[in-house]
Amino acid sequence: MVEMSGARAFVESLERQKAEIIFGVSGGAILPICDELWNSDLRFIMARHEQGAAHMADGFARASGRVGVCLATSGPGATNLVTGIATANIDSSPVVAFTGQVPLNMIGTDAFQEVDIIGVSASITKFNLQVRRPSEIPQAVKSAFYVASTGRHGCVLVDLPKDVQIAVEEIEFPEEVSFRGYNINLEPDGREMDWATTLLSNAKRPVIMAGGGVIASNASAELVKMAELLVAPVTTTLMGKGAMPCDHQLFAGQCGMHGTGEANLLVSEADVLLVVGARFSDRTTAKLEEFSPGAKVIHIDIDRSEVDKNIETVTRVIGDAKLALEGILSRMANTRFDTSRNGEWLKKLEKFRKQYAPPELSGNPHMRAPEVMRALRRALPREALVTTEVGQCQMWSALYFDAYAPRTFFSSGGLGTMGWGFPAAIGAKAARPDVPVVDIAGDGSFCMTENNLATCVEENLPVVVVVLNNRMLGMVAQWQRLFYGRRYFGVELGNSPDFVKLAEAYGAEGVRPETIDEFERAVRRAVKDDVTMVIDVQIDPEENVFPMVPPGKGLKDLLVEA
Amino acid sequence: MAQLSTIAFLVENKPGVLFKVSNLFRRRGYNIESISVGPVENPELSRMTVSVKADSRILNQIVDQLDKMVEVIKVKRLDPMRTVAREMALFKIDTSDPMAREESLRHVNNYHGLILNIDPDFLIAEVTGDPATIDEFIEKTSPIGIEEMSRTGVTALEKGRLKL
Ligand SMILES: Cc1ncc(C[n+]2csc(CCOP(=O)(O)OP(=O)(O)O)c2C)c(N)n1
Repeated sequence: MVEMSGARAFVESLERQKAEIIFGVSGGAILPICDELWNSDLRFIMARHEQGAAHMADGFARASGRVGVCLATSGPGATNLVTGIATANIDSSPVVAFTGQVPLNMIGTDAFQEVDIIGVSASITKFNLQVRRPSEIPQAVKSAFYVASTGRHGCVLVDLPKDVQIAVEEIEFPEEVSFRGYNINLEPDGREMDWATTLLSNAKRPVIMAGGGVIASNASAELVKMAELLVAPVTTTLMGKGAMPCDHQLFAGQCGMHGTGEANLLVSEADVLLVVGARFSDRTTAKLEEFSPGAKVIHIDIDRSEVDKNIETVTRVIGDAKLALEGILSRMANTRFDTSRNGEWLKKLEKFRKQYAPPELSGNPHMRAPEVMRALRRALPREALVTTEVGQCQMWSALYFDAYAPRTFFSSGGLGTMGWGFPAAIGAKAARPDVPVVDIAGDGSFCMTENNLATCVEENLPVVVVVLNNRMLGMVAQWQRLFYGRRYFGVELGNSPDFVKLAEAYGAEGVRPETIDEFERAVRRAVKDDVTMVIDVQIDPEENVFPMVPPGKGLKDLLVEA
Repeated sequence: MAQLSTIAFLVENKPGVLFKVSNLFRRRGYNIESISVGPVENPELSRMTVSVKADSRILNQIVDQLDKMVEVIKVKRLDPMRTVAREMALFKIDTSDPMAREESLRHVNNYHGLILNIDPDFLIAEVTGDPATIDEFIEKTSPIGIEEMSRTGVTALEKGRLKL
């Protein structure tokens, strides 16, 4: 045991967790911690807004598979984190947020910059806690990392009153932490896997739906094996994109409100649906009553509370997705089953794929978004990382940008947070400085966190931002076009800002390509020179994302044109 | 079909846990009929008992969601056939009319209640029983005039060897 301040214990605890980077913004209630960080090798990446810091930590976590750390002061610093915390938590991203707090004896007095962040964040974190003395800090930090990165990953917040940071106490660093009420069970039950095996081996029209859980548990190889063994088409949710290479013959694309024709129709006709690490969000299922009506659903998930929440399952396998898939695969090896009948089923995949192939686009003076996505793919190396903003740009990315590996494509799925993609890309770049990182943005979304261009430039974290610029809050405009008689309200952004000048103002590069070729060249140059570049791609404000399942309809009821 | 059920759980006896539990119920839209909390043999733990009206899918959800909370140690949906559930209630009854006084004393007596206090115009009675019995007492006594009441919410233990 050694005597030290709470702030010192905090920094040492982070070092013991092997954290290397903290994303944050400083402030009065974390001054003692700042002063210790001044003395430490931990890298502090300063965001220009705490929301950005939280998204950066989130992007770092998703790209690296390790815990992302963000830090903010009390009051407004803490509340600015809220959107970032909620976004990370609902997408099961392991993020730990640290907030300063007013001194203990001032808590509850409405002191300057006091906010009850424990109360505020209770329903958007996996766990949160406030420390009350320096000797609790090592335990709190270790617990936070442990809870965030085990079981179903999530966000943990630790609130650090300023006097606790300053006070000096005998400090002990625990080797292990445990909670009576937190037992993670990774090992799936053998009987559950037996049942799943029986169902799968008797399936005639099997479909696999892979969610973010496959990526979180590093189970992509097992997923592909399972698909090939069963000869089952694979669809992914938005969070699962990358779990199966998009150029795999059995890959059917995304399922859901903006699913591909082949994915939505195959899911609708399946007799056995194996869902791995996905939670049946309403954006994936569309109308619940019409979701995969004839299928026996097998649900593999680490979170028991997701089973039977939205969709009734026939069999569930609770546990780690990788272990569950391995367990079922080894059972399948000893099971005789006939996949010859799946030939018909595969033909269907081909048929739907052809039927719903996106039309070749021509005769429009604007660059078309799907075309831009394909050009971006051509210009990037396979290992490049891509984040997205939210709206049409997000769905175009999901539908038309091919991802080839897990942890290469990231999007705010559960919350759909505009402004997430850019700071998340910065966090991803901090985790993987060796590969190019691109944010596929809408003009509206990019404006929400564009100030972090300063962080890219000052911290030397080059990110390419492709702005699909329709001068509109495009997705909302699409709904107003399709379902509200074109009564545009609150969606027209006008011509401000000039993204080229904006980039230049921050010391980054800005370009406005006129053709697809120019666009591709710009991307290649940004990648080669490893610079921060904002590419302003002017697209048609009237362009819609299709396919689309109108609200209230089932997966089968796809619109492919207006 | 929605039915009234009892869920009992052990939690860490730490500040903020009651808030987090009730926040979970509020956020997920679960309807609590009553909630009661108290210490147990181990001073580091508390036991909570909630009574909820929900169908069995939602009940399973509630159990799973509670179980997921780091501060919740054990959760169980109690089987009504194997559970003893009780609730205590205090009643202040207007007894300024001698007839009313007599009648309320009789009711209290019928329900094995206790008279805790008598003032010139009011008495305070305690009634303990399962929640339905207390509801019945209220119904019978209301015409006389219940001035004020306070119920504790259900608390429950399983029979025999069964344990949380
Ligand atoms: C923070 C936030 N505010 C509002 C919304 C609602 N919303 C969803 S999509 C969208 C439009 C996005 O516009 P833009 O970023 O320009 O992308 P586009 O749809 O045009 O590709 C809006 C406003 C949201 N998802 N997030």
